[in-house]
Amino acid sequence: MLMNSKNFYYPYFLYARDVASYSVAWALSRPGAVYVVDVIVADGLTKRFDGLTAVDNVSFHVHEGEIFGFLGPNGAGKTTTVRMLTGILPPDAGRAFVLGFDVVKKPLEVKRRIGVVPEAANVYLDLTVWENVTFMAELYGVPRGVRERRARELLDEMGLLKYRDAKARRLSKGMRQRLLICMALVHEPPLLFLDEPTSGLDPQSARRIRSMLRELNKEEGVTIFLTTHNMWEAEELCHRIAIINRGRLVAVSNPRELKDMFTRLRTVEVEFNRAVDERSILEALGCEVDVSGNRCRIRARDVNDVICGIVDYAKSHGLEILSLNVIEPSLEDIFLEIVEGKADV
Amino acid sequence: MFENVAKIWAIAKKDMKIYYLKGPVVIFGLLLPFFLYLAYAWNRNIEPAEAMVSIMAMTVFFTSTAVGPVIAPWETRSRTFERLLSSPVNMSIILMGDALASTIFGILITVAIAVLSMVIGVHIVNILVFACNVVISAVCFSFLSLLLSSPPADTPANIMMLSSLLKFPLIFVSGVFTPVGEMPYLLRIIALLSPLTYTTELFRASVHLETYVPAYIAIAAITVYTLVFAMVAVKLHERSAPKRL
Repeated sequence: MLMNSKNFYYPYFLYARDVASYSVAWALSRPGAVYVVDVIVADGLTKRFDGLTAVDNVSFHVHEGEIFGFLGPNGAGKTTTVRMLTGILPPDAGRAFVLGFDVVKKPLEVKRRIGVVPEAANVYLDLTVWENVTFMAELYGVPRGVRERRARELLDEMGLLKYRDAKARRLSKGMRQRLLICMALVHEPPLLFLDEPTSGLDPQSARRIRSMLRELNKEEGVTIFLTTHNMWEAEELCHRIAIINRGRLVAVSNPRELKDMFTRLRTVEVEFNRAVDERSILEALGCEVDVSGNRCRIRARDVNDVICGIVDYAKSHGLEILSLNVIEPSLEDIFLEIVEGKADV
Repeated sequence: MFENVAKIWAIAKKDMKIYYLKGPVVIFGLLLPFFLYLAYAWNRNIEPAEAMVSIMAMTVFFTSTAVGPVIAPWETRSRTFERLLSSPVNMSIILMGDALASTIFGILITVAIAVLSMVIGVHIVNILVFACNVVISAVCFSFLSLLLSSPPADTPANIMMLSSLLKFPLIFVSGVFTPVGEMPYLLRIIALLSPLTYTTELFRASVHLETYVPAYIAIAAITVYTLVFAMVAVKLHERSAPKRL
């Protein structure tokens, strides 16, 4: 167990300090009211650098207890948004509330309650693993006794306890990233920001971090705000995702809903008993077809029409259908569709 | 209040562990003043008390300004600055922690040199003035060095070069080699604008050499300079912080 979610230093009633910012939405989808608390409320966030708009009027809510993925290509404005939400950069326009506190008016109150793993950050290479974690604990005001217990628990969970007296420069990149996560969790925050946490890591380290994040969210109830451009990672981890492109938010939804919105990206994959002629199948079906020997991949706006067309084509050309699959669009297909401007969400 | 003191101390401890043995700190804080003094004293007939004033003033000045300029560019280059800014500390706390580490470095080296001087026969007559001077001058020069490190550079050598541009002229106009009272009128006016002049005057007072400025005025002047340097350093670092990310 990484932490006891009931043992936060700052009880939730404190969030009510800024009632205006504290959004409670009643979800009436089940018998018995279930309320959803928004731990992040971004409202028209805008940031400009030297006349260039890096983040343009971005608004979204993040619910308590979810893993929220913030996706976008490089330079889309993900890191700038995270820096504004974590109180490091002031927005030029708009407002944001994190755990009920205005990030501009009360940045220290926000920082005290959140954990952050910045994108380009590094650990202190000249300090030991242990010193890195306890230094952060001191900055967050964690009492000495708790500090040592937490540091030991976290390092143990992350498989770094045996390196506690080693200088951080001796660690691999994956181990340093795990150490950064330990440093972000040492004060038991209810909300964790991670900016590209698995970027540039080997598959084993990336998997370890993903599994740790899932465990943190599921078992400890920590809300996670994750930026990534790894679609597969987002699809696997996130309950909801937002897609930002050129500073503008272009979609906020859960992966399932997004896929339902993009049924036109579904493909039908068919295997015949012998090779087919590309031109003839293209003429018969009248839609986009990739042919590779006896296999065809057809982009289907209407799956039913395409399947009927394939059956007719097979009959008329004396072909036998060996297999036929309808493939859902991946998040990556949807992401590319959106960022390349082909879709308006 | 206590929580902030603990944070300042945590940052100072981190700086002491990381930066005290960095190359630029050793070169600019220890070797340079040593060789500068050798060049000044070699083959000359200088009274031990006069020599002691010069070497003490140079030591406290160079050692207290050695650590400060390294920290900000080093943290920018090693990408630890954003991690620090993400934690619940404001710029004043960060700079006070940095200044504390720099001050402790300055005090430790200066006291060590003072002990050595006493071994070779120089007597510090007014220990209270001496101790007070070492502490307030170290604090003052630490904040001066942090002020000089405010440009958003990520190469310590660039900031060291910038600070050397100010430090060397100051040494020559602050009564370190020639007592202020013996300077020409115009140079004396310039000397009174330098915080190092008051440090030198207090060291002269502590070994009962003739002074140009009374001790209480020198202490007040250094205190005012400290406050001004600290406030300007915080403002400039707050302004340059986003460019360091």
